Amino acid sequence: MKNLFLSCLVVGVMGLAFWAYTENYETKAKLDEVAQLNRDIAEARSRLRALKAEWAYLNRPERLLQLVNANFDELKLLQLTADHFARLEQIPYPGPDLGPITEPIEVMNREASP
Amino acid sequence: MNRKPLRPLARIFSARNAGENPDWIENANRRERIEIQHERILRKTQMRLLMMGGIFVISFAVIGMRMTSLAVSEPIEPRARATAAQILASRADILDRNNRVLATNIETHSLYAHPRQIIDPEGTARQLAEIFPDINVEKMAARLAGPQDFLWLKPAISPEEKQAVHDIGEPGLLFGPREMRLYPNGQLAGHILGGTTFGAQGVHSAEVIGIAGVEKAFDTFLRDPRFDGQPLLLSIDVTVQSALEEALYGGMRLMNAKGASAVLMDAHNGEIVSLVSLPDFDPNNRPRPLTKGDASDSALFNRAVQGVYELGSAFKAFTVAQAMDLGLVEPGSMVDTKGPLRWGKHKINDYRDYGAQLPVEKVLIKSSNIGTARLSLMIGSELQKDFLDRLGLLQATPVEVIEGPTGRPQYPSNWSDISTMTISYGHGISTSPVHLAAGYAAIVNGGTLVKPTVLKQPTAPLGARIISQKTSRHLRSMMRRVVTEGTARMGDVPGYSVAGKTGTADKPSPEGGYYKDKVLATFASFFPSTDPRYVLIVTLDEPEDRTGPEPRRTAGATAVPVAAEVIRRVAPLLSLAPEIEPPLQNGLTLANN
Repeated sequence: MKNLFLSCLVVGVMGLAFWAYTENYETKAKLDEVAQLNRDIAEARSRLRALKAEWAYLNRPERLLQLVNANFDELKLLQLTADHFARLEQIPYPGPDLGPITEPIEVMNREASP
Repeated sequence: MNRKPLRPLARIFSARNAGENPDWIENANRRERIEIQHERILRKTQMRLLMMGGIFVISFAVIGMRMTSLAVSEPIEPRARATAAQILASRADILDRNNRVLATNIETHSLYAHPRQIIDPEGTARQLAEIFPDINVEKMAARLAGPQDFLWLKPAISPEEKQAVHDIGEPGLLFGPREMRLYPNGQLAGHILGGTTFGAQGVHSAEVIGIAGVEKAFDTFLRDPRFDGQPLLLSIDVTVQSALEEALYGGMRLMNAKGASAVLMDAHNGEIVSLVSLPDFDPNNRPRPLTKGDASDSALFNRAVQGVYELGSAFKAFTVAQAMDLGLVEPGSMVDTKGPLRWGKHKINDYRDYGAQLPVEKVLIKSSNIGTARLSLMIGSELQKDFLDRLGLLQATPVEVIEGPTGRPQYPSNWSDISTMTISYGHGISTSPVHLAAGYAAIVNGGTLVKPTVLKQPTAPLGARIISQKTSRHLRSMMRRVVTEGTARMGDVPGYSVAGKTGTADKPSPEGGYYKDKVLATFASFFPSTDPRYVLIVTLDEPEDRTGPEPRRTAGATAVPVAAEVIRRVAPLLSLAPEIEPPLQNGLTLANN
């Protein structure tokens, strides 16, 4: 009886030791993973900051002005002046709502018919 | 256990036979037994002591070893901590009012050398000079061949430069990571931002510290990790700033001025939407301060904040405002303008003769020095000083750039009657354009004080009342007439109902007295005149319009058209829709029954 109890105890201790061993290694692996993720986050953040800085640099007013001047033939962008403002009454009232197009084929047919 | 009997029968019998006392045998045996027992206890105790000693030795050895290992090893952070909220070591960004980036950081590298590991100092110096043109080959070769262990070569280099240096293949050239401050908009708002420099630097990182502008004024906030990189939100609008800089630069060139400044301020909460001082500089590459000559000629000098000037007739609005607010005069009251006005040995003249009398509104519209001086005499020195003090015109501006406190107004310590008279039309008192902007905002916005600020204000707090609503309304309509029929006729911008007051002040010469042909032209304006949203101050330093037969220097011919162009460009960008102006109500006051 006493021997049985002792051997149970020994097996139990060995089992717990094995569990602690594996847990330890798993924890270490997770910590490595977390550290890697943190490094990735830091890298992503720094990339994001670099992109933001670049975006701000590319959108600086001086460069935009040069681009507007260089592409004037195509875009015809002018400086905003007072006569670009309009009153609400000057904008035509939008026509009646056509409603959702549920049967596009029918509409196409109607368009096609003379 | 075999115990020796106390009375062994054999010995007892033989002792009895010999006639001896058998008890002696028992006693002897008993003694022997006790001795053995004592010896056993002694051994046991010694053993225990030894074990105790052993345990102490071992535990002290373990603790000692642990302490040694802790002392010798490199400290590492505990890895199992939750590091979600990581501490940002870098300097916070600065954004404009629409969250556009004004200042941010980029990662670059610094270049340093270990001269002892350099194999070919001359070749390295030559190749470095090819990459960095500012390096002197001989000096660099001598430094690289020198006895030092360590040399800084460049504080921050670009990735291309780093690759080029890497390609030299010299083992003694090394790189350290560096955070560098970047101002993506270049020169834009350079005076407000100021600039940064490297503070204490090591191989792995360097401190970035502000040296001017908001970078220095908010240095602790921007660097404090507690705020977790929370950006600094300025009241500046990048688009408006850019348009204003462009318009002002054009105006400055056209008017042959050597410098110019402009302040665009929200009339109700004192937010500075744009602040320009020309010539300007690029905070990415801050020029060195001038070592000789006048510091105010340097591009680093912020004319709008640091520059205190006699701003001339623009000050008349304050005198008229106070005289009306005290109830001394009405817009239509007549004031004596017969010239010249003599006071002791001093003589006050007008630009031209306006006759014997003018109504108060005409004094402002025609800009009569004599009329304003008369008004100031009615007000008195003490009340005038108190009024200007309440407007903040006698203290340094509270603007949050580090240069703010250096722009301290200058005024006579003895505020005599003649000072009162000259100060009433803006001579004998020097203030910065930002002071003037805040003062104008206060008298035209309905009469409440504003505090000039470069930070975006969450709400519009109502400042202390300076003048009454009614006085403010009168002033607005008077200053509107300065533009429609007075000295600032070139300042009218269709749709924006500009109002304001000009000021042309002769520049004081360093030898004493005033220059005859150098002026500082100012136009203090606000728009729309009926319900002012923005105050704009434009000053030109030594302008000269040479288009006509004679050079014209008055503000009406120089600063006013420049300000008009600025408003034409900037007002639509401020989302101000042009409006059809209600006709001026002459002599009629609005009544609500």
